[in-house]
Amino acid sequence: MDKKRNMLLTAVCVVVLFGAACFAQFELDSYIRRIINLCLIYAIIGLSMNLTNGFAGQFSLGQAGFMAVGAYVVGIFTVPVELRENVFYAVPMNPLIADIEMPLWLALLVGGLLSALIAFLIGTPVLRLRGDYLAIATLGFSEIIRIIITNAQSFTNGALGIKDIPALNDVRYIYIATAVTFLFITALINSSYGRAFKAIREDEIAAEAMGINLFRHKCLAFMLSAFFAGIGGGLYGALLGTVDPKNFLFTLTYNFLLIIVLGGMGSITGSMLGAVIVTAGLEFLRIFDEPMALFGMDIPLFRPGFRMVIFSILLMVCVLFWRKGIMGTSEFTWDKFITFCKNPVKYCLGKGAK
Amino acid sequence: MDFFSEFFQAITNMSATSLAQHVVNGVSLGSLYALIAIGYTMVYGILLMINFAHGDIVMMACYFAFFGITVFHIPWYFTFIGVIIATALLGAVIERTAYRPLRDAPKNSVLISAIGASFLLENLANYLFSGRPLRFPDIPLLSSNIEVGDVQIQAICIVIPIMTFLSLWLLLHIVNHTKIGMAMRAVSKDYEIARVMGINIDRVISITFIIGSALAAIGAFMWGVRYPGITPMLGVMPGLKCFIAAVIGGIGNIKGAVIGGFILGLGEVFIVAFFPQLSGYRDAFAFIVLIIILFYKPTGLLGEKTTEKV
Repeated sequence: MDKKRNMLLTAVCVVVLFGAACFAQFELDSYIRRIINLCLIYAIIGLSMNLTNGFAGQFSLGQAGFMAVGAYVVGIFTVPVELRENVFYAVPMNPLIADIEMPLWLALLVGGLLSALIAFLIGTPVLRLRGDYLAIATLGFSEIIRIIITNAQSFTNGALGIKDIPALNDVRYIYIATAVTFLFITALINSSYGRAFKAIREDEIAAEAMGINLFRHKCLAFMLSAFFAGIGGGLYGALLGTVDPKNFLFTLTYNFLLIIVLGGMGSITGSMLGAVIVTAGLEFLRIFDEPMALFGMDIPLFRPGFRMVIFSILLMVCVLFWRKGIMGTSEFTWDKFITFCKNPVKYCLGKGAK
Repeated sequence: MDFFSEFFQAITNMSATSLAQHVVNGVSLGSLYALIAIGYTMVYGILLMINFAHGDIVMMACYFAFFGITVFHIPWYFTFIGVIIATALLGAVIERTAYRPLRDAPKNSVLISAIGASFLLENLANYLFSGRPLRFPDIPLLSSNIEVGDVQIQAICIVIPIMTFLSLWLLLHIVNHTKIGMAMRAVSKDYEIARVMGINIDRVISITFIIGSALAAIGAFMWGVRYPGITPMLGVMPGLKCFIAAVIGGIGNIKGAVIGGFILGLGEVFIVAFFPQLSGYRDAFAFIVLIIILFYKPTGLLGEKTTEKV
């Protein structure tokens, strides 16, 4: 009975979301559409980061680097061949790749695979490290990727960046990529691999004693995470229409860190929620960057940069006072949702008391 | 082949004068790295966490110096002392607000909090002082050139190593011959037992942060004289590199951090000197050294071997 009801609710939910997506595409203005698309892309990357950081418990900070790889593959290969001379005006493009043009879906896939390959190469030495060392090493590699991109001018146009990437008119790419990422990671987490990841997160030594091959599973999580980050990065590049090494500073990774901390480290639905809240919130906070007058008085507090101060304070408050985030390590279920709707106050208090 | 021929050309073209110039540059950069790396290694030795905000403390110290000298026209030697005090306070405040509430929390939460503190300092500096680069005040006594033989040396390049070794000597004296130093060593050896034996852990940690930040302030002041552009992101790269320096030397070991700092500083300068075409990759050098060290000697050059208990 309950199972039937839950499936029905899920089906209704999917239909409603689909309807909302169609509505958004045809009825809403481009600014809101852009925010929705950005939310979904951030959800992909948040999910990918949660896979290593939340589920496998390996604290990696390399997401910006993997995104850069995906974005640059899209940037390099989707710009039409005849336009490339204008884009690569400082240093001509390397003849090896100058004549290769790909459709977006292929470029996304290649970008993801290349990210995964790089993750494999990086992961082999780095995944032996733990905790803080791993964080520093992955952060370092994401910076190295950026430095290489800045210097390999005949491939990436260096610090000038690549402009004229064909606009992402067909948003189905984003919707499909998000849905596939969500379904794939859900299936993965519920498989034996997912249980192995969680075992490694809880206790590496015990997991190894139970016969889990630590290195193989860590590497798998790391590569899959890089793959999805590469695809997310590719979509990000296509959405912006231009890629530039400065877009992929390691501070970009902090956005996704906030997403998974807010949503709950180790919760898929948490990451989705976190992505929506953080992305929409960052857009909403833009009003703080603009001068504001209240009762005819200029408030000197509001000037460019205030938004990011609030953003970083939120990150701190979240980790200091609300360590588990919205979902903790649990997932959204209809049963819980219904209990919550019946009596929200009691539900929250009961949860707090535990 | 091209690569190596250029390398040999760089070596053969290098005269004794330019070699001496590179050595001086490398030593002064290495000393700066060493000063900042000590802060990382002390905190890690006691709390087993990376103080991500340490690099940004360096950045804030540069801004303090800028405001002291350029805005308030305080003589630079008084500013120098003021900067040390202000930065030490800042370090203590960060420890108090961002790290102390999480003392018993999982390690990843502490790490996130440290990242948050670093990000907050960067954004705060960006907001308060604007993102435009400011020029560190010119101190003629320190920034003028002096000639030694044929070599032109900025006075600060000689002051930096001297200041570093003075600070190091003072620090080693504190750590090895005072009561608080003894407490620090006890806490870094075994946190729990030290607490049980009646050491006031919170006080020891606060003092560790104060000392580390004061050293960072000394480093920052000299950094500013040597490399005068100050921006809110100034501390990020030196911060990461100095942490790496601490890891190379063996984290938790003060002398190791100094050795690591010199390895990185000299290495970076010589890479640019010998392989000019690699100069774009100079920031990558530290990370490559980190990977090599962690691969072959994970405890660093002077670190003690530890085994993890189940």
